[in-house]
Amino acid sequence: MAGITGKDAVLTEYATRLEGLAAPKGRSLTQDALRRLFANKAALVSLILLGAIVVMALVGRYFVHWSYDQVDWGAMHKPPDVAKQHYFGTDQNGRDLLARTLQGTQVSLLVAIVATLVSVVIGVIYGAVSGYFGGRIDALMMRFVDIMYALPYILFVIILMVVFGRNFVLLFVGIGAIEWLTMARIVRGQTLSLKEREFIEAARAGGAKPWTIIMRHIVPNLTGPVVIYATLTVPEIIITESFLSYLGLGVQEPLTSLGTLISDGAPVAEVMPWLLVYPAAILITMLLCLSYVGDGLRDALDPKDR
Amino acid sequence: MPVVKFRSLLKAIAVAAAISLPLVASAQAVTLRISNGGEVGSLDPSKVDGDWENRVVGDYLEGMMTEDPNSVATLGQAASYTVSPDGLVYTFKIRPDARWSDGVPVTSADFIEGMKRELDPAAGNSYAYMQYVLKNAEAYNTKKIADFSQVGIKALDDKTVQYTLASPAPYFLQLLTHYTSYPVPKHVVDKVGNDWVKLNNIVANGAYKPTEWVPGSYIHSVKNPDYYDAKDVKIDDVYYYVLEDQTASLNRYRAGEFDIMTDLPTDQYQWIQSNLPGQSHVKPFLGVYYYVMNQTKPPLNNKNIREALSLAVNREVIGPDVLGTGELPAYGWLPPGIANFDGTPYHPSWEELSYDDRVAKAKKLMEDAGYSDANPLKLQLKYNTNDNHKRIAVAIAAMWKPIHVEVELFNSETRVHYDALEQADFQVGRAGWLLDYNDPDNMLQLLETGNGNNYGRYSNPQYDALVKEERNTLDLKARSVIMHKAEAIAMDDFATLPIYFYVSKNVVSPKVHGFVDNAQDIHRTRYLSMTP
Amino acid sequence: MLAYTLRRILSALPVVFIAVTVSFFIMRLAPGGPFDGERALPPEVMVNVRAHYHLDQPILTQYLIYLDGLIHGDFGPSMAFYDHTVTQLMLIGLPFTLTLGSIAFLLATAVGIVAGVLAALYQNKWPDYVLVLAVMLGVIVPNFLMGALLQLFFGVYLKWLPAGGWETGSISHLIMPVVVLAWPHAARISRLMRGAMIEVLGTNYVRTARSKGIGAQLVLVRHALKPALIPVVSYLGPGLSYLLTGSLVVEQIFGLPGIGKYFITAALDRDYGLVLGTTILYMFIILILNLAVDLLYAWLDPRVRYR
Repeated sequence: MAGITGKDAVLTEYATRLEGLAAPKGRSLTQDALRRLFANKAALVSLILLGAIVVMALVGRYFVHWSYDQVDWGAMHKPPDVAKQHYFGTDQNGRDLLARTLQGTQVSLLVAIVATLVSVVIGVIYGAVSGYFGGRIDALMMRFVDIMYALPYILFVIILMVVFGRNFVLLFVGIGAIEWLTMARIVRGQTLSLKEREFIEAARAGGAKPWTIIMRHIVPNLTGPVVIYATLTVPEIIITESFLSYLGLGVQEPLTSLGTLISDGAPVAEVMPWLLVYPAAILITMLLCLSYVGDGLRDALDPKDR
Repeated sequence: MPVVKFRSLLKAIAVAAAISLPLVASAQAVTLRISNGGEVGSLDPSKVDGDWENRVVGDYLEGMMTEDPNSVATLGQAASYTVSPDGLVYTFKIRPDARWSDGVPVTSADFIEGMKRELDPAAGNSYAYMQYVLKNAEAYNTKKIADFSQVGIKALDDKTVQYTLASPAPYFLQLLTHYTSYPVPKHVVDKVGNDWVKLNNIVANGAYKPTEWVPGSYIHSVKNPDYYDAKDVKIDDVYYYVLEDQTASLNRYRAGEFDIMTDLPTDQYQWIQSNLPGQSHVKPFLGVYYYVMNQTKPPLNNKNIREALSLAVNREVIGPDVLGTGELPAYGWLPPGIANFDGTPYHPSWEELSYDDRVAKAKKLMEDAGYSDANPLKLQLKYNTNDNHKRIAVAIAAMWKPIHVEVELFNSETRVHYDALEQADFQVGRAGWLLDYNDPDNMLQLLETGNGNNYGRYSNPQYDALVKEERNTLDLKARSVIMHKAEAIAMDDFATLPIYFYVSKNVVSPKVHGFVDNAQDIHRTRYLSMTP
Repeated sequence: MLAYTLRRILSALPVVFIAVTVSFFIMRLAPGGPFDGERALPPEVMVNVRAHYHLDQPILTQYLIYLDGLIHGDFGPSMAFYDHTVTQLMLIGLPFTLTLGSIAFLLATAVGIVAGVLAALYQNKWPDYVLVLAVMLGVIVPNFLMGALLQLFFGVYLKWLPAGGWETGSISHLIMPVVVLAWPHAARISRLMRGAMIEVLGTNYVRTARSKGIGAQLVLVRHALKPALIPVVSYLGPGLSYLLTGSLVVEQIFGLPGIGKYFITAALDRDYGLVLGTTILYMFIILILNLAVDLLYAWLDPRVRYR
């Protein structure tokens, strides 16, 4: 995304630093990036798997006999049973685990996507601005981040909930509010170093406004760390969501999420392994794929690596 | 890493593990390791409020009376006692050989100091109300009187203490086993004040003395040789480990790191029964798990709707299936096995109906009240964060669905939950009560008008009158009859929705002997012994 | 640089003050108090309890009382742990946490950097994929699950390691907690390292050298390492503070002492004194670490200047 909007910066970099290496001709950078992403086998396989999981989460429930909140009194915490169409078994309340896993994947995907976007957008802009302006502005902005780190954020989320009521959106705010901090610090660190480079000096000399420099020259060069840290943020968000939900601040029963299913399954790993294995397998597949896709994306968008 | 190096590393680890095991370090000493649950907040008996704290404090301090292995009140620091015919005055003689672990004899002044600290209004002790049966104790604790000598506890001489009650309480001897009545070492308190519980000042009059405390990990107590019955105390060291994660606790028990678990993960109960046969002790425990229904506003001020909700709860599946630990279904209010209570327990007439008939009846009641599938009753069910609470709430929501009730589950952390219950900001809410003392009065007061724990705000003057009457009745038979009546009134009013009676859940290693299951779930270490 | 460092140190006090103030008021706004529990206290007792902790005073007065204590080095009482003051709880727990956290930190940083560099050198070849898989498990498998599974396998089934507890000086008690704590941290470092390393290695002059074989590459790694470390270093500040304060799960599963649990339980218990104590401690840790990180930037990339 960042790399696509930042063609100029990419070109500037080529012009100033990578003399002698001809820029690819005749193809747009978007196509080029996609082509290179698809050329990466691990990324491609991962992308297909991820797509399959997303599709299953979205339409799977139309093919499942049970609904996620339906209690089968005849099958309390039973292992997978094909005859009864409990393909993943049932939980301690007699609810079909397959239906719940599908529904939970949906919630986790939604939470992960939205909260990651929130944390990336806030973190990147905040960090880039802080790093670019430096000095007093940087000091103020970063001390604010420091304070945010130290605040008892659970209480913060509880108060949000009291003020705005129990609301799904609030969950994103709660998670986003803590997850952007590290992103902002990483982006700022990169920016501190980037802004002293020749091509930024050149842009500045050319009369470009700070906002333009940040958005067109700095942000596109942050792609690597941002994509990677974003893929690292996703698992954290999924776990944070299950913790907040456990405290009654997130998704409420009978709705569930992958994180919640796994934290319920972990203590019974030995006696009811199916409660852990299926949701964990999906989460692990999903997140591993995401890392490979993240690597592929990083490579594909890397302005220097062509 | 090369294989050889890896192997030698493993060997080093194994050696380190062997050296670090406390058993090896002190080969002769008999050590008991208890997985004790929560973090102990205080060793000061006036600050204690949890069973995990009681285990430590009750091992190092002893009251006039104490619990026997069955948790029945027996003589502790007292050698003998007499009761006045009206049941209001108890006079205790302290044992001549009762002394603190620094050699100083235990005197009447220690008991009076303990009670004074317990009831001190400035201390703000949360369990002070336990001793309100003493004359003027409530008035002193709530600052209505300032003179402690008016409270019903008095030293007749150095070794004689006289307690005067406000009303005859048949459970008073049992109250004297409770930590709120424990003596404190006045000679130490006079010197260092509140710091008397610090480990470098602490002295014990019980069988053990705490010597080491690592917050978050364990408390370590050692046998007190000055205890009057020290020769019969078999275990030398006790470790009370902090561990709230039940599965982790079971893992460490299986690894041989604990000898007793004071709770067990319900989902693993069956596994424990078949893989660790005879080691789990799941027994009825004095307490009720129930739902409160807010009767200050519609719709639950309507008795018929409360009745329908209660009828539709299939209590028989909660203990055995939803929880898996076999909790007994609760149709009445008083737990089975409660003391001072004769006669057959309460059973509602509808208990004889089959579950299908109950649901049909409940449905009829709801339909009469104007609810249908098209117009369901929307109820919010609040519970505090806990897997078992969640599971029960989900099951009950499903049971209420067929009777036109649509439940919204509302989970919040404990403080928020109880804040909501206290503010009457709920419709149906989860609650539980473990008895403070083994007497029906402790349960009955929960439904009294104006009681702070009567979250549903049930109010029936007839019921209130009966509870008052019961408190002033000396004859146990007559008192039982009154209490039966009170229970029946409240239950026929569907004042609350009892779901199950609690069970105590211990896992005890076969190495440990003398562990007797009892309804209060109190097992003092001095009665236990171990085979090495 | 020295002036900058001094300025940062001086600015710490107002920052801590702001954090304390905000925490104080957030805490009092949250519903439920330290004494709302399974049993409702009789109103008269509640009055006594509240008076004991000055909770009956106007909130501004309470705030001033707290600040006054703070100036005199008194963090106040803990409302959940009567026998210990907040200061004592911190002082008892901190050595354990520092031991555990610093071992995990060193291990994770070393493993993370090495794994990241290796993965970058073998970009998109099988060692890269395997390394990604191995380190990512640390992030993907939630720590409570990782802890429970390790405990089950190494403590119960194999009996190689103690399943929990703490013995001073015993390495075996430390292994599982350190692994659970360090793994996700190592994963994040190695991922950031790999990405940054590839970017640096991908530049033109480095490419040419790479074609000359692995020996030359190793030489290059040494030159490429410094600029590539910038995103890793950015993460180290928050990362280490997380290791020192986020050990709740590890402490709870393995029954370890330490201060990690207080960062969560104090807030849930509404243990006002302890919440503020943890806020102040966390604030100091974060300020010191982030100052160190900022100074490291200038060392890693001489172009970074602070004014």
